[in-house]
Amino acid sequence: MRFGVIVFPGTWSDRDCYYALAEVLGQEVRYIWHKDTDLSGYDCVILPGGFSYGDYLRPGAIARFSPVMTAVERFAREGRLVLGICNGFQVLCEAGLLPGALIRNNHLQYRCQWTYLRVENASLPFTAACQKGQVVKIPISHYEGSYFADGETLRRLEENSQVVFRYSTPWGEITEDANPNGSLSNIAGIVSQAGNVLGMMPHPERCSEAILGGEDGRLIFESILGV
Amino acid sequence: MPISKKALEDVALSEEEYQLIVKMLGREPTTVELGMFGSLWSEHCGYKHSKPLLKLLPTQSPRVLVSPGEENAGVVDIGDGLAVVMKMESHNHPSAIEPYQGAATGIGGIVRDIFTMGARPIALLNPLRFGPLSEPRNRYLFSGVVSGIAGYGNCLGIPNVGGEVFLSDAYSQNPLINVMCVGIAEKEKLLRSRAGGAGNLLMLVGADTGRDGLHGASGLASRTFEEERELRPTVQVGNPFLEKLLIEACLELAETDWIVGLQDLGAAGLTSATVECAARSGSGIVVDVAEVPRRKEGMNPYEVMLSESQERMLVIVKRGYEDKVKAIFDRFDLCSDIIGYVSDDGMARIKEGENIVADVPIEMLTSPPLYRLTGKKPAWLDELERFDLNTVPDIDRKQVSSILLRLLAAPNIASKEWVYRQYDHQVQINTVVPPGEDAAVLRVKGTGKAIALTTDGNGRYCYLNPYLGGAIAVAEAARNLVCAGAEPLAITDCLNLGNPEKEEVYYQLEQCIRGMAQACSTLNIPVISGNVSLYNETKGQAVYPTPVVGMVGLIEDIDKRCTMGFKQEGDIVLLMGAEMQDEKGLGGSEYLELIRGKVTASPRIDLEVEKRMQRCCLDAIGQGIIESAHDCSDGGLAIALAECSIGGNIGFRGQLEIAGRIDAALFAEGQSRIIVTVAPDRLPRLERVAAEHKVPLRRLGMVEGRRFIIEGLVDLSLEEITKAWRGGLEEAQRFQFSDG
Repeated sequence: MRFGVIVFPGTWSDRDCYYALAEVLGQEVRYIWHKDTDLSGYDCVILPGGFSYGDYLRPGAIARFSPVMTAVERFAREGRLVLGICNGFQVLCEAGLLPGALIRNNHLQYRCQWTYLRVENASLPFTAACQKGQVVKIPISHYEGSYFADGETLRRLEENSQVVFRYSTPWGEITEDANPNGSLSNIAGIVSQAGNVLGMMPHPERCSEAILGGEDGRLIFESILGV
Repeated sequence: MPISKKALEDVALSEEEYQLIVKMLGREPTTVELGMFGSLWSEHCGYKHSKPLLKLLPTQSPRVLVSPGEENAGVVDIGDGLAVVMKMESHNHPSAIEPYQGAATGIGGIVRDIFTMGARPIALLNPLRFGPLSEPRNRYLFSGVVSGIAGYGNCLGIPNVGGEVFLSDAYSQNPLINVMCVGIAEKEKLLRSRAGGAGNLLMLVGADTGRDGLHGASGLASRTFEEERELRPTVQVGNPFLEKLLIEACLELAETDWIVGLQDLGAAGLTSATVECAARSGSGIVVDVAEVPRRKEGMNPYEVMLSESQERMLVIVKRGYEDKVKAIFDRFDLCSDIIGYVSDDGMARIKEGENIVADVPIEMLTSPPLYRLTGKKPAWLDELERFDLNTVPDIDRKQVSSILLRLLAAPNIASKEWVYRQYDHQVQINTVVPPGEDAAVLRVKGTGKAIALTTDGNGRYCYLNPYLGGAIAVAEAARNLVCAGAEPLAITDCLNLGNPEKEEVYYQLEQCIRGMAQACSTLNIPVISGNVSLYNETKGQAVYPTPVVGMVGLIEDIDKRCTMGFKQEGDIVLLMGAEMQDEKGLGGSEYLELIRGKVTASPRIDLEVEKRMQRCCLDAIGQGIIESAHDCSDGGLAIALAECSIGGNIGFRGQLEIAGRIDAALFAEGQSRIIVTVAPDRLPRLERVAAEHKVPLRRLGMVEGRRFIIEGLVDLSLEEITKAWRGGLEEAQRFQFSDG
């Protein structure tokens, strides 16, 4: 598979995603500059974490107007795979490719820590290597990662099984204590209705090697690869 | 024309210094020249009080590639064609005035020092000192500084992997905010900040120049201050997004051969950037301030030359390559403008259009008068040294558990998770041992190696004995690295003290440096970069003399790293190094201050014992004999044991056979000691290694169960000690909400 990693001004997980895919998983990866508009050579496009445009105004609010986003929209409409991680998830919400919004953490602090996620939907191209109900350990690093949507949107997400990950205890219980940022219904990641655009706040590229404290992030990439 | 007192006051020059300038120039300086002298002759830029003393520090080893003063940061060789670049600095004064922006711009400045050298910044560490959190203002400063570091550093994508938080009354008016950045570069691609080659062009990149930060170097960092409100405009506001673009663009530029040098604009802005890089190559510079893009209309040449607007870089471009260089910056949507050129006459010539506003030999600007003052040992120090510890009653057996819990929850000892969870400590995916251990460990991608990083410096020790306190700062930092399995390679330091023009402060400065120098040469660790922050006093009250040591170590084989937590039930717990029972180790201890309300009696260290013990521990880790290692420091033996239990989430049963004072065995802070664990079948091998190094080993107990037990003294559940230690700092900070 050919992966493209989009680089906005201020993106910083681009190099981590590149390393995880190229060095750890041996895949073909290229960086895509935010001013590029040709995504024809890629099978999966990743919008990585960071502070695109410094998160000024709102995270993702400026990046969504980058020339590359028009191409990403077309790419998504064609049913190809788009993965937004952290800031990438925020950009996808701002661009309307995913519903809802990511608002400031309820405790008003940045948070970098390991979290446990319960896999709610394991029949997606991003989660096929997981089991439904499986708990995976993946770290977060954000200031604005509290998922929010109106009641109607949330109902639709739940009905269509679009909630992919929820913050949980290590044993898979969905509790308030396990929620690191006040996210609605403990939501950590959602997928588009068509199932080909995933946004998640936790960083799978940070835990694809045992030496970094965990390998659960590999499950996401291996799902995409169909391993 | 006689110069007014006010004009000299503005640039922090003395009447004598002014006369010296007149004599050297053979005329009165212009306003712009006076401003340039003021900032370059400030303590912050010119080190006029500290330079003679700093020369005492050893700076060389076969691995050192760039030593102090040569460049913006020190460089040490780690093999495989790679080099580690590092530097520590202070941002004390700005942070005391405006904690968020003060700390944020501190990060911005130190990061620029690293990528200026063509190195990618890979780690930040932040040693912090505040007054007690019972004071609302201290809580405001503490949370503001942490938010500022997080706000700026997280945006750059540089992991913040360590540092310290130490609270004491001595820092109530003058918090210390030190910032350290570490980078990595290919040795062959290191950039120099040189302005060589007459005709080459000076290009200014990044932010427009505004009136912010005028007199930062001379005013803020080089004297004491009383009225904070007046000074607020001297603190700059950071733009981390712009800095991130500068990092990426400059590192791309470092791959080309289109430039001769790169220099960041920090203290004293354009003045020091242009003058320093011309001085390093023995050339001159011509700058036309009319070409400098401004944020404000109507700025005069003086303001342009002394502005400390953030996120600006000076690029010395080979003539003919300016369009190519500009194209790189254009791609990142960064502004770049040619503002002058390199000359060969050794002069700093500043023009505004055709009008020359300053014309001074660079050598004069970079040769401030050096003051070798004489220190005087403060009278109170004798008294503290003479203090008889026997007048402090020992603790009762029944009190031990409650004292242990109180110490574990004390902000100086408790987990610093409240701080580091606000910092991204994982980005760049190198963090193999995260913050919270003796040292952080980062892998070096593309090799089987890792580097370990730590910072240390106990101001209370230095207050009680500046010489030994300085030595201990070095020894403890090295010990922390050794516990991680790393060979200490080099130091960057930041010396935070009061007004050196006072003889008692000068004494402290001199003794701290002498103590550090002794430890550096005994342990064979050179100082490769650093910074001096003097004048940390308010209303005549100076901070504790606080030298902070940042150290990098190398782990040749990343699989041979070590952490502090107990690993396996049944492992034997031993104390390696100096004696367990150490009455004198009570001097300057956290226990003595927190429980007994006394800051007194000198700490002590035997550097020869320290050296042998460190070699021994490193050897044992290298041979894969031991399971865990933890420095026995703040809080003493009982605290260190509890931390090992908490870190490994597993219990401990100890039999300590205390023959003497209980507090001296459990809570004294004797140096040169490491707690190690070993599987029973490897004990004979460990004993052999220890004997070879002539280092004592003492059996303390076993890793066992879910309780923390010291027989006859302590019996607590793992949950109790964990809760106290993990929650201590947050609990102290929480007052914020309860008292409005």
